[in-house]
Amino acid sequence: MDRLAKLAEETAKLDDRLSACMKCGTCQSVCPVFAESMRESDVARGKLSLLSDLAGKITSDAEGVRERLDRCLLCGSCQAACPSGVDILGAFLKAREISAKYLGLSPVKKLIFRAMLCNPKLFSLLAEVSAPFRGLVMRRQNDAPKTMRSPLLSPLIGDRRLPELPPETARQKFGDYDSPAGKSGIKVLFFAGCMGDKVYPNVTEACLKIFRVRGVGVRMPSSLACCGIPALASGDADSFKKMLSHNLSKLEGEKFDYAVTACASCTETIEKFWPQYAEGRQKEQAERIAAKTLDISAFVADVLGVEPAKAPAERREKVTYHDSCHLAKSLGVRIQPRKLIEANPGCELVEMREPDRCCGCGGSFTLTHYGLSKKIGGRKRDNIAASGAETVACGCPACMMQISNMLALNGDAVKVEHVAEIYARSLGD
Amino acid sequence: MPESSILKDFKKLLGAENVLDAEPDRLSYAYDSAVLPQKIPAAALMPERAEQIGEIAALCHKNSIPMTVRGSGTNLSGGAIPDSEESVVILTQKLNRVLEINSGDLYAVVEPGVVTANFAAEAAARGLFYPPDPGSQAVSTIGGNIAENAGGLRGLKYGVTKDYVMGLEFFDSAGSLVKTGSRTVKCATGFNLAGLMTGSEGAFGIISKAILKLVPPPRASKAMTAAFADVRAAADAVAEIIASHVLPCTLEFMDSVTVNMVEDDAKIGLPRDAAALLLIEVDGHPAQVADEAQTVERILREGGARGISVARDDAEKNKIWEARRKALPALARRRPTIVLEDATVPRSKIPAMVSCIGEIAKKYGLLIGTFGHAGDGNLHPSILCDRRDPEEFARVESAIDELFRRTVEMGGTLSGEHGTGTAKSKWLELETSKATLEYCRALRRAADPKGLLNPSKVVAY
Repeated sequence: MDRLAKLAEETAKLDDRLSACMKCGTCQSVCPVFAESMRESDVARGKLSLLSDLAGKITSDAEGVRERLDRCLLCGSCQAACPSGVDILGAFLKAREISAKYLGLSPVKKLIFRAMLCNPKLFSLLAEVSAPFRGLVMRRQNDAPKTMRSPLLSPLIGDRRLPELPPETARQKFGDYDSPAGKSGIKVLFFAGCMGDKVYPNVTEACLKIFRVRGVGVRMPSSLACCGIPALASGDADSFKKMLSHNLSKLEGEKFDYAVTACASCTETIEKFWPQYAEGRQKEQAERIAAKTLDISAFVADVLGVEPAKAPAERREKVTYHDSCHLAKSLGVRIQPRKLIEANPGCELVEMREPDRCCGCGGSFTLTHYGLSKKIGGRKRDNIAASGAETVACGCPACMMQISNMLALNGDAVKVEHVAEIYARSLGD
Repeated sequence: MPESSILKDFKKLLGAENVLDAEPDRLSYAYDSAVLPQKIPAAALMPERAEQIGEIAALCHKNSIPMTVRGSGTNLSGGAIPDSEESVVILTQKLNRVLEINSGDLYAVVEPGVVTANFAAEAAARGLFYPPDPGSQAVSTIGGNIAENAGGLRGLKYGVTKDYVMGLEFFDSAGSLVKTGSRTVKCATGFNLAGLMTGSEGAFGIISKAILKLVPPPRASKAMTAAFADVRAAADAVAEIIASHVLPCTLEFMDSVTVNMVEDDAKIGLPRDAAALLLIEVDGHPAQVADEAQTVERILREGGARGISVARDDAEKNKIWEARRKALPALARRRPTIVLEDATVPRSKIPAMVSCIGEIAKKYGLLIGTFGHAGDGNLHPSILCDRRDPEEFARVESAIDELFRRTVEMGGTLSGEHGTGTAKSKWLELETSKATLEYCRALRRAADPKGLLNPSKVVAY
């Protein structure tokens, strides 16, 4: 059987999920990509239908279908609004896996996933040794969200403003971290994630402060790899499983009450995809961890408890909150981050329009579809600017990176912070 | 398939990015929301300015290419499915501007691709009300609503789309601009072509602009639910409410199958043992609302309703309507395919219709949940099935056949609000007459001599 026939046959296995779509088109009303393009193939109904056509051999243009399938942020807005309850994200992830298997993976992605993310030691080393040389490629910008641009790398990353990278990673700063449970009697596993380690170690530091002040013991092993979502989202299930297996083996024997992350995508991945993809005797371990996994704001608000600030400061900073898709739509975490902001007496929460509209990052989507990503991010930027906020708070480092880029490109004087940083600031030492 | 030179002309006219002729793109416009076979068009075209519709039509006319206009593709009778593989699909979604909202003269001027709910929200932001609210309003376009004469929950009191179309501009099959109606409340100038276009399902022209009536919004409203042990008692209560000259803005019905499925999914505390659940809302001036709500409550009580619950605030009102909003999703999640019908009968025939649906479900061994608009006799018997199973789907088709036959026998109509399209065209003569079909064909031939405008829909060219 040739490659295409096999691809069609494997796609046909998704038929139960594809047929569940009643073609009502409700996804059009929420899809951020469709809002920019108005193309049916950009919404879930169109994509599911194309997959059916591929499975039914009505089309043999597998590359064309894949190209359209890739025009998706995996934000889950469609799934959250779908009247038929179709497992859209599950179908898309599987379909990307099938495409990668039969049509291959781009060389850049292969290099990133297989050489770098599957080798956490190498990845860390690269981040650490490259730090002193950043000045050669990066130019500091005087925008409000602290960003840099890179004329040297512009063929790769366009006009993108990247966050100013820290002099040292969280791993360098905190090492293999272990602190005993304090007055709360709770011990957590903190999963810093790639971004919390290498791009925003200040977010990790804020979380560690929260744990310390609230009497929570923390275990943060330095040997963990990426949660795996970049590989899974690109259809590289093998790399995903490698990272997963590495992480689970490093976590064997660790004792903790909760697994906490400050990254919406990591939380979703550990909670939903780790148990789905773990194999053999690791499956049960993944399920156990998944059941204990919480986003940092859900952990603080729901487990530790948090009160609104009693004596608001005279001059309060206006803070607006952006709902990350993977927190709000996938995990239903909407109120908790807002509670954390309101616990800071120096902050006043002001809502923006469409707070749960996707920021347009979508992981590697922003790299592969920068033009579309910028248009989608532009709407988010406009809503942030219109809210009059001085700071925009997020629950996901990927959103932070996208939003700082959008704000910096527009020269907006709005700071971008993680909710944990805002809450941590309100706590004494 | 148009020759590549014609595609080149389209690209020159619209820009290459607005001519979708790659296979996966053509596949994306081969269906709409109806459970019908796909038909893959030659290309899909996305005009960005209304005038371009005329230019597209002229090109199609010159080259004898059939045209199917598509808004959001939420049609439930197949009206937006292309007629043949030679067809082009004209997409109106980029023509989505609200051109004017006039609060002094109570009208709005819009382009055809404006999404219904977005338009209603803009009107509301200006303190005005656009009542037609088809179930797909979050996605559907005004152009599609007009072409299908879309209804909605508020039909009983506020009417349907046709009651809000004051005037239209449209392009004929050769691409010439036709104007009809006016910005005035009254208009007796010329033929009422806007009336002809409303519900025309793409057969007489391509709408490029619409003047729509707006009304002042009601200042107050009150919602309630009532459960009945039998459908007849519920239907009698509906009749009694209207006989007492109260016109609720919404008067919805859910049968026991639907109630139980909603309850399985959402657990909002609906009475599982009810044979019928009515969901009612009255609106208007606060004093009138208070008065009418009392009347309705009394009629429900005297009619033997159990567990009448009146919403005391917006949260409770929202909860009542959540039950109704959950009806379609709850049914849709049960089986892979949902065939959503909209056979409509005179209000007094609702009990007969509900028993008829029950008999049909039993006879053909099918699961049918029914909900819909009790106030106007427009029910949505929804057949839950799996279209991949040919044996079961054959039973579905026989059931629909019988449903339509009996609807017409009851003095009802094939479609309350979904349109005829290709899904119901074969029963059209049963409800009307041979001469009616001939008359429709004569109209088609006169307005579209080459037979290019959605030719296989309603009454085939």
